[in-house]
Amino acid sequence: MSTEILRAPLDPAGLPHEAALAGAPPRVTGHGAGGPAPKRIVVGYGFWVFLLSDVIMFSSFFAAYAVLFKNTAGGPSARELYDLHNTALETALLLTSTLTCGLASIAVGQRNLKWTQIALACTGVLGVAFLTLEVREFASFVARGAGPSRSAFLSSFFTLVGCHGVHVTAGVLWLGTMMAQFYAKGFRTDIRHRFLCFTLFWHALDIIWVAIFSLVYLVGTLPPELLP
Amino acid sequence: MTAESPETLSEYDYTAGSYVGQDRPRGAGPPAGGHPLRAEVNGYLLGFAIAILLTIASFWMARTDLVYGPALAVGLLVLAVAQMGVHLVFFLHITTDPDNANNVLALAFGLLMVCLVVFGSIWVMTHLNQNMTQQSMDELMRMQG
Repeated sequence: MSTEILRAPLDPAGLPHEAALAGAPPRVTGHGAGGPAPKRIVVGYGFWVFLLSDVIMFSSFFAAYAVLFKNTAGGPSARELYDLHNTALETALLLTSTLTCGLASIAVGQRNLKWTQIALACTGVLGVAFLTLEVREFASFVARGAGPSRSAFLSSFFTLVGCHGVHVTAGVLWLGTMMAQFYAKGFRTDIRHRFLCFTLFWHALDIIWVAIFSLVYLVGTLPPELLP
Repeated sequence: MTAESPETLSEYDYTAGSYVGQDRPRGAGPPAGGHPLRAEVNGYLLGFAIAILLTIASFWMARTDLVYGPALAVGLLVLAVAQMGVHLVFFLHITTDPDNANNVLALAFGLLMVCLVVFGSIWVMTHLNQNMTQQSMDELMRMQG
């Protein structure tokens, strides 16, 4: 931040500064100078607050899982159930989809419709592949008699990982509507703001998955004597 | 259909940059010191590479004998937190930029809530488990009976 901005006079009436009047966007400093923040910043902030509340909801599911982890009620334990090859594949799919989602946002920045749609389509395909693997894993658990009603451990597992899966499903549907909106309406400001929220959502889902694959799958398959 | 046609534009033109590009007045050139395309792509690729390395490190650590056993769970937690930080910086663009001051503060509050919920639950429930042994359960049943 340059000292020039700090010395810029504060305008108590909130009127645009000379720079804004001259056509340049206001330079927000986070210290009140430069006028109100542009809508892009405000939209991103609002959605970020929603995402954080979503993360807090997930944290309660993580807490329930951590508390109930050992309550297997004589049923199968995490170590007997989890297949780390499947988890590694799911992680690779979701990580790559986060990259293609980022590339889509660059393509939107370049106003390149073709690459936007290609990158979004890749993101969607990777998301669907992830969901397929997850549903297959859940089905194999249920087929082995380890459904959500088997034990407190499995109830908390299905709630936590299933909730993430529901979010990914919602994200894939949202992604489809974004592709349709870019196709039909182009790179309008409001459409780009919706897309900004979508990218935040998709990247946040990947952060939740990082916690799931590390703390649920990897820690869950450690030998029991090594667990705290 | 061309995305550049005037009807699809509202008041602002659009240029490359973080947060899905920045608004600028129509017809104005890219701002000096903006983010060129190459730098943008490299940023995402660098974040992706670090995330992949941390993921591989996590999966390797879960299987290795080289790390002191009882430290494995904490080590995996540390790697997960590190990877979440990488995602926040490179993908969600949570930075020290003045634009971002509110986002960082909201994140700090969110982290506080998450820590309270997770560690508070584990702490309370562990103590409950220790106090509710089979013997004390039997005493409780006798008192009620």
